Amino acid sequence: MSAALRTRRSTKVLTIIVLSVVLIYFLFPIYWLLLASTKSNAAMTTSNGFWFADEFRLKENYETLIGWTRGFFWRWVGNSVLYSTAAGAVGTLISVSAGYAIAKFRFPGRAASVGIISAGLLLPIALLTIPMFIVFHSLGLTDTIWAIILPSCVSPFGVFLGMIYADSSVPTELIEAARIDGASELRIFADMVLRLLAPAMVTIFLFIFVATWNNFLLPLMMLNSDALKPITLGLYGMMSYFDPTYGAVMQGALLGVLPLIVLFLGLQRFWQAGLAAGAVKG
Amino acid sequence: MVGWAFMAPFALLFLLVFIVPILASVKESFFRQVAAIDEECANPLYGCTTGSADEVVTSSFVGWDNFLYVLTSEMFWSGVGRVMLFGAVQVPVMIIASLFLAILIDSTIIKRVTVFRLGYFLPFAIPGVIAALVWTYLYTPELSPISDVLGWFGLEVDFFSTNLMLWSMANITTWTFTGYNMLIFLAALQAIPGELYEAARIDGANAWQVATRIKVPMVRGAAMLAVLLSIIGTVQLFNEPTVLAVRNGWMGPGYTPMMMAYNTAIGGQISPSGVGPASAISLVMAVLAGLLALVYMLVQRRLAK
Repeated sequence: MSAALRTRRSTKVLTIIVLSVVLIYFLFPIYWLLLASTKSNAAMTTSNGFWFADEFRLKENYETLIGWTRGFFWRWVGNSVLYSTAAGAVGTLISVSAGYAIAKFRFPGRAASVGIISAGLLLPIALLTIPMFIVFHSLGLTDTIWAIILPSCVSPFGVFLGMIYADSSVPTELIEAARIDGASELRIFADMVLRLLAPAMVTIFLFIFVATWNNFLLPLMMLNSDALKPITLGLYGMMSYFDPTYGAVMQGALLGVLPLIVLFLGLQRFWQAGLAAGAVKG
Repeated sequence: MVGWAFMAPFALLFLLVFIVPILASVKESFFRQVAAIDEECANPLYGCTTGSADEVVTSSFVGWDNFLYVLTSEMFWSGVGRVMLFGAVQVPVMIIASLFLAILIDSTIIKRVTVFRLGYFLPFAIPGVIAALVWTYLYTPELSPISDVLGWFGLEVDFFSTNLMLWSMANITTWTFTGYNMLIFLAALQAIPGELYEAARIDGANAWQVATRIKVPMVRGAAMLAVLLSIIGTVQLFNEPTVLAVRNGWMGPGYTPMMMAYNTAIGGQISPSGVGPASAISLVMAVLAGLLALVYMLVQRRLAK
């Protein structure tokens, strides 16, 4: 009995040590980003790399950041917010609508739609960027917000999740009862289905929002104007400046991911739900 | 009919963003763009009213030339070789690490796991470009505390050297996606019915046997999907090498095939350039990705038997 207890305690201690070391690996770069954004170039090389330097240059680095980006910095963050929110909102709505159609209706081409969406899950999206550029260029849509928002709205994974959720949480009897009461199809969708699917919609929104925010190749190909750049593209440009103030670049990176981190930690149970649906059914 | 109405908005956008571009790039891949002298501009009397670069570029049909160029390009194949080597090491390491962490967290050896679950997943919230930027600085000896620590042990590591670059990139990708894959495995593990564990306990199985005989086989489906998605992600490797190449000019414009495709489309660094050859690169890569996925699935199926 006591031997068994001892092994169990040592297993426990060992597990905690392993998990903690791994945790340091994942969190250290983020912690260091925080430190670096308060340091001058000189302090970065001389001061303790694991703690703040004596001179706290958060404000100076911020001013450098704003000066260097010629006032565009917050515009870039704003652009990212706009693109991600617009793509997230429209993308969620059309995904849920398509998922609902597949789960609850029989229509010609339904089987083909399911096949295309499953194939779409495995489609190499980055490889599609050059073809998208060709089409958007010939439509005269490059260097406009549509070149970012329209492609980002289309999420086969979103439809897949919408399909699973509509199948499991929208009772067919409820739809039929509403039809007998004389409600129109649009009304049923808007008033009933969307309400029932609200948690699923948060999950789909999160996935599209983060994917849009993180996209780099698409804006790199599609956009030229500084005024339209999202933050990923803006920071990439900043990094290539000659002899940059590292602390200012790091502060830009920090401010550029802060909205995502907040969304992440605040809405984490919705992530869990989406990944669970994908893992179990996929 | 109502079903189609609900399907239509997505279907239309899907057509515009996926199907039409694929068809357009198939067509473009048979053309090559040449900067031609505009007849009217050759005569200064007429003057040139517009100066847009597109107007002096003409496309001409070149048959299979773009594909021949890609298939015989040394830059292309060394890029393919790099991403294959990258994938052959990084994907298994990441998937095994994610599965291992998921099993540890699921094992209930320790009760409070939220901080670990969230902490591991947090890097997924960091955009690839920004992750690459932070790690670039963390790999720079003058800036990095990592180099300080290695220095205590008398080690001097050049993370940007030709031999290590690929693995420095692999580390960034692993850092970003391990937690994401771990959450997928965790969800699959938590869906295993409790009776299975109960039965194993009655049969006298120990924790190791439960892990290898029940948990690992039960998450096979999730693992297969994760590996497939990782292979597809690796084929398209772009953000990390592009950011690292800013400070490492030797990597060139074609370190990975996706970088080569982008720099071919944009022009200036690779010849021939333009959307024609770039489309051919994308299509050849898509076929290679499909083949890799197919081979993986066939091997999986054979192993399962």
